[in-house]
Amino acid sequence: MASWVLTAMDLACQKAQRTLFEGVSFSVPAGSWLHIEGGNGCGKTSLLRILCGLSPAARGQVIWPAPGNTESARSSSSSTSAHLRPDRSVLHYIGHALGLKPDLSACENLCADAQVSGLALSRAQALQALAAQGLQSRAHLPVRVLSQGQRQGVALARLRTSPARLWILDEPLVGLDAQATATARALLQSHVDAGGAVVMTSHHDVGLQGPGARLQLGRA
Amino acid sequence: MNASAITIPVHAPAPALPSPWLAMGGVLRRDLRLALRRKAEWLGAVFFFVLVAALFPLAIGPEPATLRLIGPGVLWVAALLASMLSLGRLFEADHQDGSLEQLALSAAPLPWLVSAKLLAHWLISGLPLVLLSPLLGLQFGLGPEALGMLVLTLLIGTPVLSLLGAIGAALTLGVRGGGVLQSLLLLPLYVPVLVFGTGAVDAQMRGLGAEAHVSVLLALLLGSAAFSPWACAAALRLALE
Repeated sequence: MASWVLTAMDLACQKAQRTLFEGVSFSVPAGSWLHIEGGNGCGKTSLLRILCGLSPAARGQVIWPAPGNTESARSSSSSTSAHLRPDRSVLHYIGHALGLKPDLSACENLCADAQVSGLALSRAQALQALAAQGLQSRAHLPVRVLSQGQRQGVALARLRTSPARLWILDEPLVGLDAQATATARALLQSHVDAGGAVVMTSHHDVGLQGPGARLQLGRA
Repeated sequence: MNASAITIPVHAPAPALPSPWLAMGGVLRRDLRLALRRKAEWLGAVFFFVLVAALFPLAIGPEPATLRLIGPGVLWVAALLASMLSLGRLFEADHQDGSLEQLALSAAPLPWLVSAKLLAHWLISGLPLVLLSPLLGLQFGLGPEALGMLVLTLLIGTPVLSLLGAIGAALTLGVRGGGVLQSLLLLPLYVPVLVFGTGAVDAQMRGLGAEAHVSVLLALLLGSAAFSPWACAAALRLALE
C-alpha cells in the first residue's frame, strides 16, 4: 500500500487582525483519520481551506502527498516562487457550499463535476454512486428540489467517484437522517480501511475506527 | 440498516491523468446546459439589445440621413451595455454554490477553465447580438457593406468585451455593490473597442476602407485573449481566500 502523508507544520491563521489559531501541527498518514473539533468561529473551516490550498496560511506550511503518491509536494506561505497547489487528483474537498448546480439533476451534477475536474465518469457510474448513497429515486430530479440532507447525500456520492485518496470534509454529516448518517459513516470507514485518509470537522461524534486522532482547536 | 446501505465505494477506474482538454470541454458543456435550463438570464441581455436598438429610430424620427449616421454607434453602444449587463453574474452563481472552489481545485489549470467559461458566455450572450445586428441595422437604413462591416466588427469586438468584462467581474466578485465598481473599472477599457468598432463601420460607409480599424480590433482581441484568463484566474483565487 502506498504510504503517503499529509503534514501540517506550525500553521497559523489570522482573520481581520485576529489570530484564530497558531502552532497547529499534525500529520495524517494513509489509512487514518483526523477529526477537528472546536466551537463556532474557532477556525475549523479556515483550517480546512488552508489544507486544501484554497487559502494561504498566515504562517507555517502544509505538505501534501503528490499525485501518484511517490513523493510529497510542499507549499510554504513564505516561498512565493514554487507554490505547489494540490488538486482533485490528490484531495477531495466538500465545503459548506456543496458545489452542486441547482438546475442540474443529481446525476448530471456528478458527471459534470467529474468532467470539470478532467475525469471521465459515465452515467452508469454516477447512478451507481447515487444508489449506494440511497438516492436512486432522486437521481434525475433537479438538485434545487432536493432537501438539504439529500443535497449533502449527493455531495457525499461524489466522494465515491473521486480518485483522490485524501478527503477533506467540512461537516459531512449535517442534515443527514439516521440511515444516511450510517451510510456516510460506512463510506468514510471503508475509505480509511482501504488506505485513504479523512480530515473532517463535525459536531457529531462520527465514531470512526482504526488509527486516528482528534484535534481540539481552542480560542486563542 | 439494510444491506444496501453499506456498499464498497465505487472508485472510478483511475484514468491515466486528468485531461485539461476534457476539463475545458466539461466546463463549456456544463455552462451551455445551465444556460439552456435558465433562459431568462441571458435572454434578458439580448432583449435589452433589441429594445434599445429598436427604440432609437422611433425616438429620433424617420430622417434616413440621421439614422444612417447614428446607426453604427447606437448598435455598438447597445451591444456594449448588453454585454455589461450579462457579465455581472458571470462568476456569481459559481461562487455562491461552491462550484468555483471545485474549479480552483481542478487538476486543470484555472486559466484554461476560465477560458472555457468565457467561450460559453460569449456563445450564449455575445453571439446572439452579432447574429441580430444586421436585422437591427436595417432599421437604420445601413447599406449591405456597412451591415457586413458591423457584423464583422461585432464578431471581433464582443469577445473582447467579454474578455475584458470578465476581469472586472472576477475582481468585484463577492464585493457588495460590485456592479457600480465593475462599471467604473470597465468603461475605460471598453472605450477603445467602441471607438475602433464604430470607426470601422463609419470608414466603410465613407468608402475609406476599414482595414486599419479591423486590425486594431483584432490586436485587442488577441491581446485580451492572451491576458484576460490569467488575470481572471488570479482575481478568482484572491476572491476565494
